[in-house]
Amino acid sequence: MYDKDYIEKINEKKKDWEETTVKKVTSKYPERYEKFYTNSNQEVDRLYTESDIQDLDYLEDLGFPGQYPYTRGVQPTMYRGRLWTMRQYAGFGNAEESNKRYKYLLSQGQTGLSVAFDLPTQIGYDSDQPLSQGEVGKVGVAIDSLKDMELLFNGIPLDKVSTSMTINAPASVLLAMYIAVAEKQGVSPEKLSGTIQNDILKEYVARGTYIFPPQPSMRLITNIFEFCSANLPRWNTISISGYHIREAGATAIQEVAFTLANGIAYVEAAINAGLDVDEFAPRLSFFFNAHNDLLEEVAKFRAARRLWARIMKERFKAKKPKSLMLRFHTQTGGSTLTAQQPDNNIVRVTLQALAAVLGGTQSLHTNSRDEALALPSEDSVRIALRTQQIIAHESGVAETIDPLAGSYYVESLTNSIEQKAREYIEKIDQLGGSPKAIEKGYIQQEIQDSAYRYQMDIESGRRIVVGVNKFQIEEEPPKGLLKVDPEVGRKQEEQLKELKSSRDNLAVQEALKELEAKAKTDENVMPAVIKCVKCYATLGEICDTLRGVFGEYKASVII
Amino acid sequence: MTQTNTIRVLVAKPGLDGHDRGAKVIARALRDAGMEVIYTGLRQTPEQIVEAAIQEDVDAIGLSILSGAHNFLFPKVVELLKKEGADDILVIGGGVIPDEDIPGLKEAGIAEIFTPGTPTSRIVEFIKENVKH
Repeated sequence: MYDKDYIEKINEKKKDWEETTVKKVTSKYPERYEKFYTNSNQEVDRLYTESDIQDLDYLEDLGFPGQYPYTRGVQPTMYRGRLWTMRQYAGFGNAEESNKRYKYLLSQGQTGLSVAFDLPTQIGYDSDQPLSQGEVGKVGVAIDSLKDMELLFNGIPLDKVSTSMTINAPASVLLAMYIAVAEKQGVSPEKLSGTIQNDILKEYVARGTYIFPPQPSMRLITNIFEFCSANLPRWNTISISGYHIREAGATAIQEVAFTLANGIAYVEAAINAGLDVDEFAPRLSFFFNAHNDLLEEVAKFRAARRLWARIMKERFKAKKPKSLMLRFHTQTGGSTLTAQQPDNNIVRVTLQALAAVLGGTQSLHTNSRDEALALPSEDSVRIALRTQQIIAHESGVAETIDPLAGSYYVESLTNSIEQKAREYIEKIDQLGGSPKAIEKGYIQQEIQDSAYRYQMDIESGRRIVVGVNKFQIEEEPPKGLLKVDPEVGRKQEEQLKELKSSRDNLAVQEALKELEAKAKTDENVMPAVIKCVKCYATLGEICDTLRGVFGEYKASVII
Repeated sequence: MTQTNTIRVLVAKPGLDGHDRGAKVIARALRDAGMEVIYTGLRQTPEQIVEAAIQEDVDAIGLSILSGAHNFLFPKVVELLKKEGADDILVIGGGVIPDEDIPGLKEAGIAEIFTPGTPTSRIVEFIKENVKH
């Protein structure tokens, strides 16, 4: 906090400066716009001073890294101790192909795996189901059974890598498969580290790969929390994701607000299921986006960290320091990439990655330049990984902790993002919490309004996107794009047929029946899911069994 | 040709992909341009889309897909429209679609493909100029 008289003096001097020095210039050369805005439509002043952060209390609001409220970072030494995990989201075609890509990435210095599953897998359909047609292996790897999972991690020691899996509605099934593969490698569950996304609420509002209605979905999630806290102590049981909320059009403030509101809902659900907050909260993790507005994004990460720590302490009375820490993964913003002049995307990704690092991310995926056109080629992925390595080893930003702290502008943005996100969360509380707000379409509507405003700003020219609405050139269609083998679907179908004729079908039927029975009680379903997986029941069979008990979610259409 | 009624458009998401930011922005832009817009929601089969188009008596269908399943799903919609004798309905598509796939899709009967970065005003114009009303 600053001296009141001194602030007064600054304000006077600033006014003076504006009326004399500035006016002299602006009377002849007006500024580029009448008003300036951040990427998220927050108005930006010409100049920030101590006056803009006069209420900031260093010890209360910033503190020290590794200490409450964690504004400056969750680790005491941050990147001086260990760099962030460089984790490129990858997967396409079948398990063998994806396995090759993982081994390539690891050989290039990547430090963790991140599995992309195809849409049928994410929605709990086998590759041979009619709805899967045309989608098998397209946006990720096709996994039908433990067989595929064994191939996916073939030759990759699961006690040595940490693996993140973007899987939500059927998270329990894929986690069970991972545990089973590890067991075959001789690796016990307590040695496994990684993350499952397991965040169903944002699927309803932004990402779309839901299966079951909210209530049984929340139950599956708390089952996983409980199972992991007893058996996989190093596993991140959920990755509460703002990424897709932002991609769907939300502003930075909405990204923080809606993500933390979902986080609150998960914590409440687990507490209501009888779990102790300090048992499961240390394993909650987050996933954010990084867009182009460098300083606003840095402020966003800092604000999110502070706000979550305060929520966990004040609202949920969590006691363990780890329960208060917002640990997060960042991916650069897919929707900011342009199909026009794709090499420009390398520069965008650099800015975004820099924001994530300056914001104190725990792991990072950098998008590839060609992702507005297709899945990334090997060359493009390498450049994306090199971008992280250059930031880590050449830019110097990793050598000290939270280097932008104390910047009048960044601290002021950090305060305003926290404040405005808090207001959103209060509004969501009034609506009865995030699941209710989603049911009412409130969150979807807010995101869509932002998305539409953004698009109209581009079309009116108020917002410039280089190569799209300014600085366009005639260009040749890009070459060397990755094509997914159209035969993947057929091959998966054949393998499924083979699997079903060679496995012990009686054991499969029994395991599925047991799962059905467990799902009908309020017992934890994880042991039954693991049993199904181990006797090679397919993902589709397991999810169909659960569909039979839980029903399916029907989205209401809001435009 | 005089246009007596409002243009009716079905915005549809075939396949399993859940990325509907683009579809929703376009739905709203078409509506702001004076058209009547029906949005199907996610995960529609080509059969469901064609059924909705006929039931709602639309003049155009806008298909949006970002998963890469366009080569399979777009032509299927056109094929089914033909089968139902509703091939006077204008079909356009958009999403992450590589340039090299576009000629094939046009040959299959998709009137135009709009790729990322297209202003919504261009889509509005295209529909206005090409619907058989």
